[in-house]
Amino acid sequence: MSISREDIEKVAVLARIKVDDEQVSALEKDLGNILDLVDQLSAADTEAVEPMAHPLDAVQRLRADEVTETNQREAFQAIAPATEDGLYLVPKVIE
Amino acid sequence: MHNKSVAELSKELESGKISSVELTQQFLDRLKSEDGKYNSFITISADQALAEAKAADEMRAAGKATAWTGVPFAHKDIFCTNGVRTTCGSKMLENFVPPYDATVTANFKAAGAVCLGKTNMDEFAMGSSNESSFFGAVTNPWGDKRVPGGSSGGSAAAVAARLVPAATGTDTGGSIRQPAALCGITGLKPTYGRVSRYGMIAFASSLDQGGPMARTAEDAALMMNVMAGFDPKDSTCIDREVPDYTATLNEPLKGLKIGLPKEYFSEQLSPAMEEQVRNAVREYEKLGATVKEVSLPNAKLAIAAYYVIAPAEASANLSRFDGARYGYRCENPKDLMDMYTRTRAEGFGNEVKRRILVGSYALSAGYFDAYYLKAQKVRRLIQQDFINAFKEVDVMMSPVSPSPAFVQGEKTTDPVTMYLEDVFTIAINLAGIPAMSVPAGFVNGLPVGLQIIGDYFSEARLLNAAHQFQQVTDWHQREPQ
Repeated sequence: MSISREDIEKVAVLARIKVDDEQVSALEKDLGNILDLVDQLSAADTEAVEPMAHPLDAVQRLRADEVTETNQREAFQAIAPATEDGLYLVPKVIE
Repeated sequence: MHNKSVAELSKELESGKISSVELTQQFLDRLKSEDGKYNSFITISADQALAEAKAADEMRAAGKATAWTGVPFAHKDIFCTNGVRTTCGSKMLENFVPPYDATVTANFKAAGAVCLGKTNMDEFAMGSSNESSFFGAVTNPWGDKRVPGGSSGGSAAAVAARLVPAATGTDTGGSIRQPAALCGITGLKPTYGRVSRYGMIAFASSLDQGGPMARTAEDAALMMNVMAGFDPKDSTCIDREVPDYTATLNEPLKGLKIGLPKEYFSEQLSPAMEEQVRNAVREYEKLGATVKEVSLPNAKLAIAAYYVIAPAEASANLSRFDGARYGYRCENPKDLMDMYTRTRAEGFGNEVKRRILVGSYALSAGYFDAYYLKAQKVRRLIQQDFINAFKEVDVMMSPVSPSPAFVQGEKTTDPVTMYLEDVFTIAINLAGIPAMSVPAGFVNGLPVGLQIIGDYFSEARLLNAAHQFQQVTDWHQREPQ
C-alpha cells in the first residue's frame, strides 16, 4: 500500500510537524514500506474478535475527588521555555 | 569491585569491608575513564551519587540497610530523576530537568541504592540499535562498530562493560531483551502492569514496561524486589501481591514443561544461532525439564499489529511536546502554529517523526477501523495463542534475536529492516506477558540470548529457571575482551 504526497502533507499538519519537499519524498518511500508491512493485517480473519486495549482487560480505576497535590507552579515554570508573572508565554494567538 | 554482582557488593557493604562512598567513587572513576569507548551514559551524576552514597552509609549505620543500600546502579534515561537531567535520548528534552521522581526512581532511592547516572537509549525508546539517540550511538563492548541493540542499549552496554552492576531498562517491543541478548547480559520484561510507569516517559502506553538489566538472574530478582508493585499514580498498574523474587531462585526445575514455539525456529533464524538456543534447551533437559513443540499461529502478524498500535499510541503521547511548557522550543516562532511545527520538526529525530506520522495516519478519519481497530483485534488473537500454549507448558523458550549484534549502519537505510530485528520479542509485549533474555552462548565471538517466556505474573518462575541455568553454565560470567 502506498501513501501519496498529499496524504503525507495532510498528516504532517495533523501531527504538527513541519516537513519540506525533500523530506516528503523520503517519507513517501519509508512510510510506504511501513504501510506495506502493516498491510499483512488485512489478511487476518478477525470476525467476531473483540479489540484488545489492555492485556488483562483492566478498566480505568477511579479515585476520590480530593485535592492530593500541592501547587508547584514555580518548580514547573522554572523549566519552561518562556514565562512571565506565573504565566506560560507563547506567540500571540488572538489579534 | 567492578566485577562483583549486586548480591556480592551488598555483602561487601554489609561486612563493612568498604563504604558506599568508597565504592561509589571507584565506580565513578572507572565510568569516567572507560565510557569514552562505549558512550553508554548520557549523564553522569557524580555529585548526586556521592550524596546518595553518604546517605546510604548513614542509613546502614542507623541499622536500616536493605539489600540495595549503598549499591551503585544506573537508570535508563527514560526514568524521571528529580534534579537530574532526563533526556529520553532526544534533542526535545536535551535540557529537561524533571521536578519529580518516577516511581521506579523513588523506589530505588527508598532502598538506599546509589544512581551513578542516566544511560543512553534510542530516542524516545524507538529503535533496536541505539543509533537513533540524539547523544550518539552506543558501541557494544563485545565488538568494535557493533550495535548494543536497543532501545535500552546504553544500560546493556554499561552492564556488559562492568561500568555498573545493574541498570534499569524499558521494553515496548523488545527493548530490554534484545540489547540484553546482544550484550550478553540478563534482562527481564515483566508482565504489563507489574512495574509502575509513573514518571517513565511514555512511548506506547499499552505496551511499555520497565524492568531489570543485570549480569545474573539473582541480581535481576533483587531489582524486581524494588521495582515491582502497585502504584496508585499509574492507572494501568495491577494491584497484586509482590513475592520475594529471590526466595524461589533455588527451586529445582525437575518436571518443568518447556514449549518451543515452532514459529520462532523459522528460516529467519540463522543455523548457528539455532544451535546455541537448542544447546541451552538441552541443559534444561539435563536439569529435569521436559520439552515439546508448541504453536503460535498468529505470531507472524505481531510486527504488523505492533507497527500500528505502537506508533498510534506514540503519536498521542508525544503530542505533549509542543514547545510551550517544557523542553525544546524553536527560535523566533512567528505564530503558534509555527512554534508547534518547527519545534517538533527540529526537536524530534527522523525515526520518531516517522512513527508519529504513521500513528497519526492510522488514527486519522477514515483509517481508524482499518488500522487501529484491526490491529487491536489481531492483538487479541496473538494473546489467545499464548493463553492456549500455556495450557500445555509452564514456560516457552526461543531465540531473542534472529542474529547476533550487527554492524552500525547496517540496518539504518530502511526502517522496516530494523523493525524485523524484534520478530521474536514483539508478540510478548502485545500479549502483555513476561519474558527474559539469558546469555546462552556465542556466535563468532558475539553473545546469543535465550528467551524464556512465561504466563502472566510468572516472573518468579522465569527468574528461577534463569538462575538454575546460570548455576550450570558460565555464559553470563564471560567478560568482553
